[in-house]
Amino acid sequence: MKTNKLSQLYASILINAVYSMENYPVTLVNTLMAPLSILIIIVLISHGALLNVSIAGALIMTMVTSGIGLQADLSHLKNDFKIQEMIVSSPTSAFMYMLGMSMSEIIFSLPAIIILTILAVLFIKTTIIGGIIIFIVMALMFTFSIALGFFLSTYSTDIVQNYAFIGILSIFLTTIPPVYYPITYIPLPWRYIAYLSPTTYAAEIIQSAIGSIQLSPVTLAIDWIVITALAIILLAVSIKKSQWREK
Amino acid sequence: MNSELVCRNLVKRYGKGAAALDNVNISIPSKGIFALIGRNGAGKTTLIRILATGLLPTSGEVTINGIDVIKDAKRLREQIAILPQESRAIQWLTPRQTIISYLLYRGFTLKEANSRVSGTLAALGIKKYENKLNRLLSGGVKRKVLISTILSGGSKILFVDEPTTGLDPISRAELWKVLKKLKRDRFIFLTTHYLEEAEVLADRIGILDEGKLVAIGTLNELRDIVKYTYSVMVLQKGVSVKPRHGYVIVGDDGFRQIITSEQEADRLAKRFIQDRTKFSINPISLEDIFYYLVKKNIESDEAQEEDEW
Repeated sequence: MKTNKLSQLYASILINAVYSMENYPVTLVNTLMAPLSILIIIVLISHGALLNVSIAGALIMTMVTSGIGLQADLSHLKNDFKIQEMIVSSPTSAFMYMLGMSMSEIIFSLPAIIILTILAVLFIKTTIIGGIIIFIVMALMFTFSIALGFFLSTYSTDIVQNYAFIGILSIFLTTIPPVYYPITYIPLPWRYIAYLSPTTYAAEIIQSAIGSIQLSPVTLAIDWIVITALAIILLAVSIKKSQWREK
Repeated sequence: MNSELVCRNLVKRYGKGAAALDNVNISIPSKGIFALIGRNGAGKTTLIRILATGLLPTSGEVTINGIDVIKDAKRLREQIAILPQESRAIQWLTPRQTIISYLLYRGFTLKEANSRVSGTLAALGIKKYENKLNRLLSGGVKRKVLISTILSGGSKILFVDEPTTGLDPISRAELWKVLKKLKRDRFIFLTTHYLEEAEVLADRIGILDEGKLVAIGTLNELRDIVKYTYSVMVLQKGVSVKPRHGYVIVGDDGFRQIITSEQEADRLAKRFIQDRTKFSINPISLEDIFYYLVKKNIESDEAQEEDEW
């Protein structure tokens, strides 16, 4: 039988996004709340001064949490329902499954992405090049986070362990780093800690593109190298090391 | 086409521990139902996962219908489907959505998937639940949803790992009926804890104990392995029996079961008729064979441990 690759992608989108949103509409509210709530708090505290930076930050957070969400969803389907085992023994490859599940996370985050994109168009003043830069950075952050999510999910054995991974990653990638505000707000000795998170580099590039901070060409180049290299390395490692067929 | 399932010197070790599968050799026709029985931790799930391409063995060779399971998994995956142990229907999906998603993973188009769903659900008598959320269904229906799911793709080779565990007797009997019907044109590799299930369903049975295949064959072939092939059950308490051959098992309820030869069973039957003692006589069941073979292994282990003391 000729297998339809698009069907395989669509299957993941249905299971992990469309059907869950259709059968449990409350999940839509949840996807909106996390990025928007921090955005609102930062905007209120800064009296609106950080509106554009916060919108950009919320976009980064949405991309990163999609990846973290992917890890949780994959683990849930693998460990609690044993669905992954059924799919391994089918014509679907690890790559198609990963791609489909990644797309499902984007679909699942669409309500937040649409609202944030509208806010970005309204409140972020940037050039077309700036817009492209924001898009590329978001894509790289998404690639990084889904690769990390997929890699960790294949090693997690139960939901308790999985929650621990999610908690650590959320703090490390979206709470501690200066995603919703400029890095210059952090006193210098502590600023170096923020650089441990890849989202800091992504935030710097976007904040520079929208004119919130000024970066030297060298710093900007380093930021690009770090997020691109991390996305590529993690993607390669996750494809190579992930245990689709267990050893 | 080579219609056989063959394992040669199959070994699986997890880390540095003892072998979960220890030099397993199987050669069976890939038709009807093959039931693999064994205690918890015997290696049943490990074996079924290797055969269904979900797990790599440490060493050995495995082929199904001439396809190398280890090297040519992609080709084999076109023809197989697995119902893993402890698999559950996804709570936030309906049976219809569950099957459609699975069919899409198998590469069917949405149109093809939609056209297959109703027939598959109807075949298992659960069409009326098709649009109800899985989480609201009973355990038996949920299990049927999963069975329908793996059947929907039309795979000719099915691996089902303890499909009836946790089901009530009526749901179990219903599933047996379905599996019996399916075996006419498919090969079903089944693992189970329920010896009765294997006895009722399987054309061939394998007994796995501590990673070793201790016996394989049809029920009659397995009967030939054991020394005594008849079971005489004394249906009255307190009847003293000393068979010339065989042994007596005294149950917790005080009833005695004599496992013995056909000749001795015949002699005992005549005596019981004379004494007006109530009894039943049957060829030994799979349960008797299982206990005989597995217990032998346990006893030899215990003897070895005592020697070590």
